[in-house]
Formats: sequence, structure tokens, C-alpha cells
Amino acid sequence: MTSALEKAKAPPAKVPRDGPRLTGDKLHARLSATWERPRGFIGWLSSVDHKDIGRRYIVAALVFLALGGALAVAMRLQLSRPQNDLIGAARYNEIFTMHGTTMMFLFAVPVMQGMQIYLTPLMVGTRAVAFPRLTAFSLWTYIAGGCLLWIAFLLNVGPDIGWFAYPPLSGPQYGVGKRPDIWAQMVTFTEVAALAVAVSLTATILKQRAPGMTLARMPIFVWATLVTSLMVIFSMPSVALASSFLLSDRLVGTHFYNPAERGDALLWQHLFWFFGHPEVYIIFLPATGFVSEIVATFSRRSIIAYPIVVLSLVATGILAFGLWVHHMFATGLPRVGYSFFTAASMSVSIPTGLQIFAWIATMWTGRPRMQVPLLYVIAFIITFVIGGLTGVMIAAVPLDLQLHDTYFIVAHFHYVLIGGAVFPLLGAITYWFPKATGRMMSEALGKISFWMIFLGFQLAFFPMHISGLLGMPRRVYTYPAGMGLELPNLLSSIGGLVVALAVLLFVINMLASVRRGRLAPANPWDGTSLEWATTSPPPSYNFAHIPVVDSQSPLWDGKGELAVVHGLRVEERELLLTTVMSATPDVRDPSAHPSPWPVIAAAALTVMFVGSIFSPWAVLFGTVPLAIALTAWFWPKTKEPTLEPSIS
Amino acid sequence: MSRVAALILPLALCGCAGFQNALGGDGGEGANFVRLFVLFTAVCTFMYLLVMAGLFAAVLRRRRNADELTVDTGKHHESAPLVTRALAAWAILIGIGLMALTVASFFTDRSNAAITRDPQLSVKVTGNQWWWDVQYSFADTSKSIRTANELHLPVGVRAEVTLESNDVIHSFWIPNLAGKQDLIPGRVTDIQLVPRKTGLYRGQCAEFCGVQHAHMALDVTVESKAEFLRWAAAQLQPAPAPRTPLELAGYRYITTRECSVCHNLSGTPASASVGPDLTHFASRRSIAAGTLPMNKGNLYGWVADPQSQKPGTKMPTIGLSPDELHAVVAYLQRLK
Amino acid sequence: MSSRFRNSCAILAVAVLLGACDREERQSRAKPLGETVPAAASPDTIYPGDPSRARYVDARGASYEGNAFAIAQGQQLYNWMNCVGCHAHGGGGMGPALMDEKWRYGGRIDQIAASIYQGRPNGMPAWRSKLTEDQIWQIAAYVRSLSGQVRKDAVSARADSVSNTPPQTQTVRQPVRPADSDQQ
Repeated sequence: MTSALEKAKAPPAKVPRDGPRLTGDKLHARLSATWERPRGFIGWLSSVDHKDIGRRYIVAALVFLALGGALAVAMRLQLSRPQNDLIGAARYNEIFTMHGTTMMFLFAVPVMQGMQIYLTPLMVGTRAVAFPRLTAFSLWTYIAGGCLLWIAFLLNVGPDIGWFAYPPLSGPQYGVGKRPDIWAQMVTFTEVAALAVAVSLTATILKQRAPGMTLARMPIFVWATLVTSLMVIFSMPSVALASSFLLSDRLVGTHFYNPAERGDALLWQHLFWFFGHPEVYIIFLPATGFVSEIVATFSRRSIIAYPIVVLSLVATGILAFGLWVHHMFATGLPRVGYSFFTAASMSVSIPTGLQIFAWIATMWTGRPRMQVPLLYVIAFIITFVIGGLTGVMIAAVPLDLQLHDTYFIVAHFHYVLIGGAVFPLLGAITYWFPKATGRMMSEALGKISFWMIFLGFQLAFFPMHISGLLGMPRRVYTYPAGMGLELPNLLSSIGGLVVALAVLLFVINMLASVRRGRLAPANPWDGTSLEWATTSPPPSYNFAHIPVVDSQSPLWDGKGELAVVHGLRVEERELLLTTVMSATPDVRDPSAHPSPWPVIAAAALTVMFVGSIFSPWAVLFGTVPLAIALTAWFWPKTKEPTLEPSIS
Repeated sequence: MSRVAALILPLALCGCAGFQNALGGDGGEGANFVRLFVLFTAVCTFMYLLVMAGLFAAVLRRRRNADELTVDTGKHHESAPLVTRALAAWAILIGIGLMALTVASFFTDRSNAAITRDPQLSVKVTGNQWWWDVQYSFADTSKSIRTANELHLPVGVRAEVTLESNDVIHSFWIPNLAGKQDLIPGRVTDIQLVPRKTGLYRGQCAEFCGVQHAHMALDVTVESKAEFLRWAAAQLQPAPAPRTPLELAGYRYITTRECSVCHNLSGTPASASVGPDLTHFASRRSIAAGTLPMNKGNLYGWVADPQSQKPGTKMPTIGLSPDELHAVVAYLQRLK
Repeated sequence: MSSRFRNSCAILAVAVLLGACDREERQSRAKPLGETVPAAASPDTIYPGDPSRARYVDARGASYEGNAFAIAQGQQLYNWMNCVGCHAHGGGGMGPALMDEKWRYGGRIDQIAASIYQGRPNGMPAWRSKLTEDQIWQIAAYVRSLSGQVRKDAVSARADSVSNTPPQTQTVRQPVRPADSDQQ
């Protein structure tokens, strides 16, 4: 009779592993069986494949972009003439609130996170994200929050308090009905979703990189993802707190924002903008990651001054937390404090300026290919720098006191958000579309929609600088004639329509190319990061063998074949974890199987959150289904892996 | 290029003059603002042109195959010799530029504070949804002027405007004269104004405050000291008495019916302070905080159906009969 | 696929939020609803015949009671018209309490509106020529909310003022004893 000790010392059972003997089609068959998601609708709901989740995030975000864009077109039509009566005051206020809220909470952050979810495991050379079920849960939570907001809008309960919902206007007395509650609870949904993704990606980047991919060899997009995820973790709780206080004031009569009972309306502004300012860098930094990848590939060289670019990302991420009061320069806080925030707001442009230098220097010393992704990068530099410079202007208090809450600010933030995030995003979608779908987007249609969106954007938003200086405040549903505002507004409206058409063309390009685009090889652009080392689209298991990396541009330095790791199990989902700094192989770790519990937990959370809009009891009783779902989720199902020696 | 045209064309056509214009520079701080704005624009434009020059040179320059640093020549990790020095120069240039701008901003701030020291006139502005309650106080506390949606200022005199709010956050902004300051419930903020040029200007609420935020404007009149004192003396008078039978009927309606529960007409039984003070209503340039210019037709339209002119305003549509409407408007026109 | 989910999500949420439309309506003018005087103007006691039969209810009442905008406007008017001076914030003083179960002249919304419109003996002024009907109905709706009669998702929890009542979203619904009840 063998004792336990003898069992432990016995040679391990024959566990099938990838290696020199199991490769090619046989390996593909075994790995697919392990890593593919189950068939059917339940299987589709249960998917924990990061590629599925990333794709769904991006598709949902693009739907919200279209919805928000339609609202923008409606606003521009109303503002095309003075004293226009196309849209009434109450409806217009709902529309601009929905536009801002949709764009910021339901499009900008989720689309960046969706791209990060899709690309990060492929770029670091692993098979899955660190917490696949948590990532799936975040997708459904995000979609639930978006549905809540938009269904409410369509049912005439949409919020009308502006996308940053200042009390007392959003408070219990002046925010009449349930509209602000819908807004505040949507924020809770999206912030839970964003936090979940950030946690998952941080763990993936720190622990699952391919052997040899030290921190200094990570693609810059992965660095951007890491910095962004840490920023999400530190900033989202602030807005969660702010919106919870608001919900509490409105539901049970607390006094957080009630000055008569020693609350403070400014408390909201501090809490919100402590999140709100890092939020815009959470949107911008992944875009700079896109730009670095595209510039490198299309200049056919690695990024100049890689350490400077990385340090710029980190510095921006840290500095972003010290700027928030520049949204509050008109509130009458002590002027000494304002000077600090002026200095900080000015200095945050230094790291970005260095990144711009690096990109231009890379293009200078390389050989740029003028294809659509690089065109978007050039449009990004042309446009974003204008936005950044107007940002430097409004960092100065005397200037901001005139320009705050005018169309000058609207111009500024659209220049930095559309120029600084949407242009790189469109370039990135064009760049990685072949990898994700196996087909190329149409270059000709891409160039047409590029020129339309670039020129249409300038026409739409440059005149807003003028109308702001001429005295047009934000968030007005109409303006009087005779103030010189007619021409800038008309130009903006025309430009807005051109932008809408251009985005439509871009989406048509995407949809048509999925079916009829030119078939794409594994590495159509001759890129250098690891995602180009696998097929287009990647198989469910990403890589047949985990690659080994010994430089910052592995595919260019690899001279054909990449070194790979052998020995991972093929019958079970298994990842290779490596150390944080030097990425030496550390342990093997099981990866989660497809599971319906994330979507069920998201549904339970939805019931709890939506119920708590109407009654505080929902917070109590809503935890019951959630607890059941979480218990089922975490119930141990995976067999303990068979005992065997660890890698040393 | 289209962007250059888009820059010049609106400027040329709209001009820099205007009565609600941040570049108007008609207040003490206004000149400072214009100067600082021009400085910032110049520095930022210069930096922008540098970036654009670098970008277009990088993209368009002619290259010789041999000295490319790309994958094709195997030199894709190498950096060009001048890059490090150029990067350092660029970083230093940005740093110097930003420091210069920050220092300029600081000095402008100090200059603005100095201009507005020792105010000589006190005004209290209280924000309401969607109108401005304006009160002047003088050394003699028995004299106080209360008006609504308008501000008269003597030229060259430093005025301290105390700002409070009765309901939500508003923002007091007269672009020609000064920057803005928020009116926050539960707090008292203030702004100093030193108008330098006589004229008629317009201010507007600049913080979203509800459904009619777009129609919360302020008529500002900057006049000589003598004219200001004349205006103040007229404002201190009670509401003018009705002179014709129609006006008398209007007076009776206003002081006994719906108007009297919200509005104040000094010297009459109508003495509520829920809505704007109407004592010298007809002397104002606009109705309903800049929604309509002041004239007889607009008065009829406003009194008959305020909800059609400013939907959501707190003044209800009463449903006056035609005779009542004629009478009320006739007396309102008397309130100069 | 994801649109399928979104559709199912939409149907579910429609069911949940179906009551939203009326609650959130914001009328800038009152609907033209006919006569000027709120119907059922009389308290129950002066109906001839069997008092328990007198259950005539004006249809307008329902549209104001369930409407968040009307209740919020009513709250603002309650303060502006100095109802607080006699009735405090529902606790009463010189005037009777408005948050309890005793209604001398009837506690239905149309009866409250009639009391405001017509005035009542011992100091309740008549507001008929001072406020529009719409405003009177709004105040009546707010008064109903003081004793917890209206749906809790249409009231606001508190005003932006010194706290003077428990949160209105928590107010327990008082019974409405008719004027001729011997439980008064």
C-alpha cells in the first residue's frame, strides 16, 4: 500500500503538454478543445475569452458612440440658428446631458478598456487575462448600466442635469423625479465595471508576461494600459463615493450636499473632479499607447527614447491626480490654492510634449508609410496639440475666469478628446482590425472617411473658440441674435454633420470589410509586437506555444522564428506566470473555465442597483441574489492539478 | 489651408467688438485679460508651429536609403546622434515657455487684485432660477435700491459685488468687464468690477442652473457718475401712481390679484419678494432676464403667457382676460 | 447576439420603468381641464343624504398626485406663499397640522385644493384670485405628500433647507379620516 509520501515521490502521470512532440495540427486540436467556448447561447453568454469580451466591449462602445453622436447632431441642428425652436429647453437639457454622459461613461472609457482587454494578453504573450470571469462580469455590468441610462432616456426619465450633475441642481429639491438617480446609478454600474477591468489587466501585465519580457521590453501600449489601470483604481472610488452620497441625499434625505445642514455643494465638485480629471487621462493615455505602436510599425523602427516615453506615461498618470481644482477656478476658493493647480496643470503638458517629440523623431529617423493608421496619427498630432495648448491657456486663472463654462471650453475638450483619443482609436481599429477579424479594412474608404472626419472636425469645433470668446456660455439651448454667434454656430453645425457622415462611413467600412475585406495574413503591417506572431484572427488559445522574448521588438529581432516555451498542459486551461520585474518563469496557474455565473451575478447586481433607485430596502434584499450568484461563481469546481515538480 | 481660413474668416466677420465679448476689454481687468490672452496665444502658436514644422519635416523629408534607421537596414534600435540633444532642448524650451506663462498669469492675477482694491460701491446680487436679484446698499441704510436683471455702474468706480444664491449654483459673468464668479448656495462669494468705458453691456449666467439657464441674462449699463446718481435717485422713488383710468384698473389688478403674491412694487400693497422687483420695471432694457427686449408688444406677450416665451419659468400663465391684460400692461408701462 | 441580449434587457427594463412617464412629466402650463372651480368642493359633512356615498373625485387630482414636478413646485410654493407661517412644515401651529390623519374639510386632493381655493373659517385665506388653479393643485399635491399619501418615488426626500421633517420618502402613510368621522 503506497503511503501519501510515496505517492508524492512517484513519477508524475503522463499529462499531455505542448512540446516538441505535440505540435502543429494535433496541438491545435487539443488546445482548441480546451480553450474554445461552449456552443449555443448559454455558451456565448458564458464566454470568458478575453477576445470575445474585448470585441463585445468595443462593439457596445461603438453603439453608444453612434447614439451619443446622434444626440450631438440634434444639438447642432438646434443651435444652427439663433432662437431656433427645433428642440425645447427641457428636451435639449436632457440631450446634452445624455450626450456627455454617453460619450464619457459609455463610450470613451469602455472602448479603451475593450481595446486593452483584447490586446493585452496577445501583446504580453499569454493565453487569457488574469481574472477572466471578473472581466466578463464587468462587460455585462457595463452593458446593464448603459441600457439603464438609455431606456430611461427613451421612457422620459432621462437625466437633465449635465454630465457632471452639480448639486443642488441634481439634489433632492431641484432634481425633480428620478432622473438624477438614474444618472447616479449608471455611474455606479460603469465604475464597478471599470474597476474590475483595471484590476484584471494590472494582474495580467504584472504576472503573465512572456518569459524574457522584462518591464523594459514591454510594448508601450502595455505600459499605457498598466498606468491607466492603476489610475482607474485610484480615481473611480471618488466618483463612486460622490454618486453614492447623491443617491443617499435623494433617497433617504441625508445632508451631504445640503449647506443648510452643514453639508456643502462644493463637496460634490471636489469628489467628482478628483475622479473627473484623471478620467480624461484614463481616456487619453491608452490613445498615446495606440499612437506609439502605430508610429513604430509605420516608421519601421522602434520608438525613439523608449524610457522617456514610458516615464512620460507614468508622470502623466501621477500628475493627473493633482489638477482637479482647475475645474473650480470660478467657485471662490482661496487664490493661493489656485496657483498650485495652475502650476500643476501647466506642468502636465511637459510629459506629453516629450512623447510628441519621441513620435516625431521616430518618424523622422524612420521611413513613414502613409497608410490610414498613420494618417490618423498625424491628424492626432495636428489636432491634439491645439487642444493641449488651449488647455495651457485655461490653466491660467485670469484666462479661465473668462473662458470657463463657455464654448471655448467645449472646443478645448473636444480637441483633446476627439483629436487626442478618437483619432488614435480610429487608427488603432484600422490597424488591429486585420488581427481581430482576419480581413483588411478598405484603404480607399478609410482614406475618404479619414479626410472627412479630420476636416469636418476642424470645421465643427474651431469656430467654438470664437463663439466662446464672443460670450456664448455652455449648455444653452438657444442664443440671441445680434451677438455675432450666428456664423460660428452655423459653421459648427455643418462641420458636425460632416463628422457624423464620416463616422458612419467608417462603420460601414468596418461592417463591409468583415465580410468582404481582403484576407489578412498573420502580420499584414510587419509589426513587431507579439500579437502579430499568431494567426489572424488568433485561435482561442492565442499562441500555440508561449513565446520567449529577448528584445523590445521581438518580431523584428527574431530573424524568423521566435523561441518558445514548451511544457504547458493542453488538457486543462493553464497559464505561465512570470516574475514581475525580470519575467522569469515562476509558476503555472490554472485559468478560469467558461461560466454563466458572471452574467447572472451582473443581473443580480442590476436588480439591486436599479431597485435602490426606488427604495433603500433594495440595497438589503438585493444582496441575497447577488450572494447566491457569487457563491456559485466561487464554488470550487476545478480539480486540483496533479502533483508534479515545479519549474526551477 | 482650411483651418487657417476657419480661423481668420469668423474673426474678420464677427469682429472683436460686442456687448457680451470677453475680448471687449471694457473693464479694469479687461485690458489685462486681452494682454494675457494675446501673450498666451502668441507663445502657444509659436510652439504649435514648431511642432507642425517638425511633424511635416519628419513626414515629407527626402530620405536616402543608406542612412535610414529602420528594420530594413537593421538599425531600427538606433537613435540619430542629434536626438538626445534635440529632446533636451525641446524639454527646456517647453519648461521655459510654461514658466514664463505661469509667471505672466501670476502677475496678471496680482494686477487684477490691485485694480479692484478698496471698492467704493456695494452691490449684492442674489441668483434665482432664472433671474438676478440686485440690491444696492449705501452708507445711509435707509436708502436701498432693489432691482432685478439689471446692473448700473458708474464708470471708473470700483464696485464690489457680493454674490449669493437662493437655490442652485449660478455664475455671474459680464464678459466685457471681468471674469466670472459662481453663486453657490450656502456660500458668499464676491467679484470686483471696475468699468473703464461707458456703454451698454450684457452679462449671462454661466453655470447650468436648470431648464431656462439659457435665458438668464443681465443688462449692464455703465454710465457717468452723475447719470448713475440720477438713476439711483429715481430708483429710490416709490412706484409711480397710475394716471389714467386704464392704468388705475391695472394698478388695482396688480396690487390685489396674482401679481401681488410674488412681486414687489414699492409704495403699493404688492410687497412680496418671491419674484423680481417691479417698482421701476419699465425703465429696464429687457423683460425676464434678457429673454425679450422691453417694448409694448413683448410686454403683452410676456404677461399674457410667460410659459410660451420662457417655458418652465416660475411665473405662471394666469389667463388674463383682454381687458385685464390691457390694464396691466398700461400700468406696467407707467413704472419708469 | 449582443443585440439579442440588449433587446431582452430592454423589455425587462421597460416593465420595470413603465410607471416613469407620468411621474416625470413636466407641464409648463396646466392642461386645459374645463371649469375653474375644483369639483367636489364641499366637505363630506354637507352632502345631503348618505355621506358615505359622496365619493365624487375630480379626475385632475390623480394627474397631480403622481407627478414629481407638481409636488416639487408645490413644495416651493408652500414656502413662497408662507404656508409655513401657520402650518409649519406640516406640524401645524396657528393652523391645523397637515401631516396627520385629521382633515376638517376633507383630505382628498380635490378637497384640499378646494380649501386652498376657497379659504376656510378661522384664518385660512382664499387663494382663488392669488394663485392659478395649476399652482393650487400643485400645493395640494405637496400637502398630500406631507402625510405620506403620494407614491414614494414622486416625492423628494428633503428640501435644501434646515431639516424639519423626517425624509418624505420615509413618511409613513397616514389614514385619511373623513370630516364626519367620529374618530376626528
